[in-house]
Amino acid sequence: MRIVVDKDLCTGCETCIDSCPYDAIEMKDDKAFINEYCQMCRNCLSVCPEGAIKEIEGEAPAREIDLSAYKGVWVFAEQREGKVADVALELLGVGRRLADARGTELTAVLFGADSEEAERLIHWGADRVFHAQDPIFEHFNDEPYVQLLSRLIQEHRPEIVLTGATPIGRSFFPRVAARVRTGLTADCTSLEIDPETGNLLQIRPAFGGNIMATIVCPHHRPQMATVRPRVMKKGTPDESRKGEIINVSTEGIQSRTKVIESFKEESEATCNLQEADIIVSGGRGVGGPDGFKMLEELASLLGGAVGASRAAVDEGWIPYSHQVGQTGKTVCPKIYIACGISGAVQHLVGMQSSDIIIAINKNQDAPIFNVANYAIVGDVNEIVPLLIKKIKEVKGL
Amino acid sequence: MKIVVCIKQVPDTAEVRINPETNTLVRDGVPSIINPYDLHAIEAGLQIRDSVGGTVTVLTMGPPQAEDALREAIAMGADEAVLLTDRAFAGADTLATAFTLAGAVQSLGFDLVLCGKQAIDGDTAQVGPEMAEFLNIPHIAYVKRVEEITEEKIRVQRLMEEGYDVVEAPLPVLLTVVRELNEPRLPSLKGKMRAKKAEIKKLSHEDIKAEEEKVGLKGSPTQVKNIFAPEAKKDRKMLTGSTEEVVDQLVEILKEMKCI
Repeated sequence: MRIVVDKDLCTGCETCIDSCPYDAIEMKDDKAFINEYCQMCRNCLSVCPEGAIKEIEGEAPAREIDLSAYKGVWVFAEQREGKVADVALELLGVGRRLADARGTELTAVLFGADSEEAERLIHWGADRVFHAQDPIFEHFNDEPYVQLLSRLIQEHRPEIVLTGATPIGRSFFPRVAARVRTGLTADCTSLEIDPETGNLLQIRPAFGGNIMATIVCPHHRPQMATVRPRVMKKGTPDESRKGEIINVSTEGIQSRTKVIESFKEESEATCNLQEADIIVSGGRGVGGPDGFKMLEELASLLGGAVGASRAAVDEGWIPYSHQVGQTGKTVCPKIYIACGISGAVQHLVGMQSSDIIIAINKNQDAPIFNVANYAIVGDVNEIVPLLIKKIKEVKGL
Repeated sequence: MKIVVCIKQVPDTAEVRINPETNTLVRDGVPSIINPYDLHAIEAGLQIRDSVGGTVTVLTMGPPQAEDALREAIAMGADEAVLLTDRAFAGADTLATAFTLAGAVQSLGFDLVLCGKQAIDGDTAQVGPEMAEFLNIPHIAYVKRVEEITEEKIRVQRLMEEGYDVVEAPLPVLLTVVRELNEPRLPSLKGKMRAKKAEIKKLSHEDIKAEEEKVGLKGSPTQVKNIFAPEAKKDRKMLTGSTEEVVDQLVEILKEMKCI
């Protein structure tokens, strides 16, 4: 497939130029021209008033594979220190939904940890578990993970393979995808099955988190994705669920890299922020470090933690450990109060699964209002102090 | 030691805005920069070269204008620069990009390959590990400190979610690096002079002996189906009135949710 401009129809009106997020349309001899930046996002197709921009068939993919030979949804369940990570449980919920939509089985893959943990994966939705127990999995090490998962994929041919977009998943999954020569979509925030084609629709923030993109992997299998932790909600475990646990041999698994030692370093802000039920978060509209002192007071009255947008962190008003968003933390508290945050997509992806979002912003067109349950158009520096005062009254302070 | 640093020229995404009427990105006047994480990879390459000897080659894939990024790297102190540029490379996803870069690295020869942990436009963090697979060498991602490096092996600290690991690997190896690793130097005046005159080597898919089917859009398993701005929530409620009234409503909501 290729996007081309029909030069006979193009009037040179330049309407299409702004529609391209990749700067791939330029003017040549007064006609639009699609250059090599084109990423086939198809954004320009609908904007041309003359219908001069078209998608044309290119050559068929070089290597057609038999897609029907690939069946089943897999979740690679990350474990740390023998305990399955929360993101794996979140993924079993999504994986269950995808497997049901495809009328197929959900398989969990677990390297390390004990059989009780493997059992738990079944309670959370897996039909079967591939479980490999070997001291080589005690610390995360890319090479053994890559070898064994690639081997299992080549042997059993799943159609979809998912894992968490954690430092572990994001380090070894790309290598697995390259080894089995398939596509991988990073850091997805939503996954659906296309009802027409049965393909996995992988939705993720793109362009520094300024916009969302749907990615597909139509001609290769498995379809692989890493999924952002804390974006998908966990289901509920069912201890009566039955499934099969298959022990996997680690024969021949080796490693060139060696993990000598692991050190734990917990930042207090991280824990507070990601575990807080209430987050009071500030952006550029807060106005400065003093504004954050005010947010801290509100947060402590509500028993919550303080978050921040990238803009506020870049200004140096609050440390990076408080940053929520694409390049910061992902949070999903019961209540997220966004104060003076405009709501760039890169921020929204880090907080939009919060249960209730309250947004305060001067600009009534701020995109933060698109995700808010309660919207207040107004000045944070008037509203928050009054709110603090009234809460104190209620509490009798 | 032959060190190859892979970099990417990216739009400064912090400057990108969305036009609320058309829901499209506004990129007018957005400057192109070296991906910020890659500056740390360049700095790491220079420091390792200066301590153990060798050369630093910077490599990028992109349109002809990506030459600017390479010249900036030379101004920082890199010894030579290579640009992979070819219409056949257009539309590459991470797999095709990694395949192409690996082909170039292979043809240049290498002991150590350095990359930034991710590029700020795509944020995938996939190209480094995928390249290592194509090169059939080990990789260590999220490197925050190099503890020791010799001709034979390297020992580094890699950042993990809850701390860090000390990891050892034999050379050749590929590292992806994080900001904590170092403070990138600024180009010197002498460096800038050298960068102006430096010859940038250009490579096409034929030069790296890559079949056209494996690079660019044709070599990319993933495709962008569409792009969109997130939808608005349907059950949104506007709180209106004077500041006093609005705050009273807020207090009621917080009470209802048992926060106060």
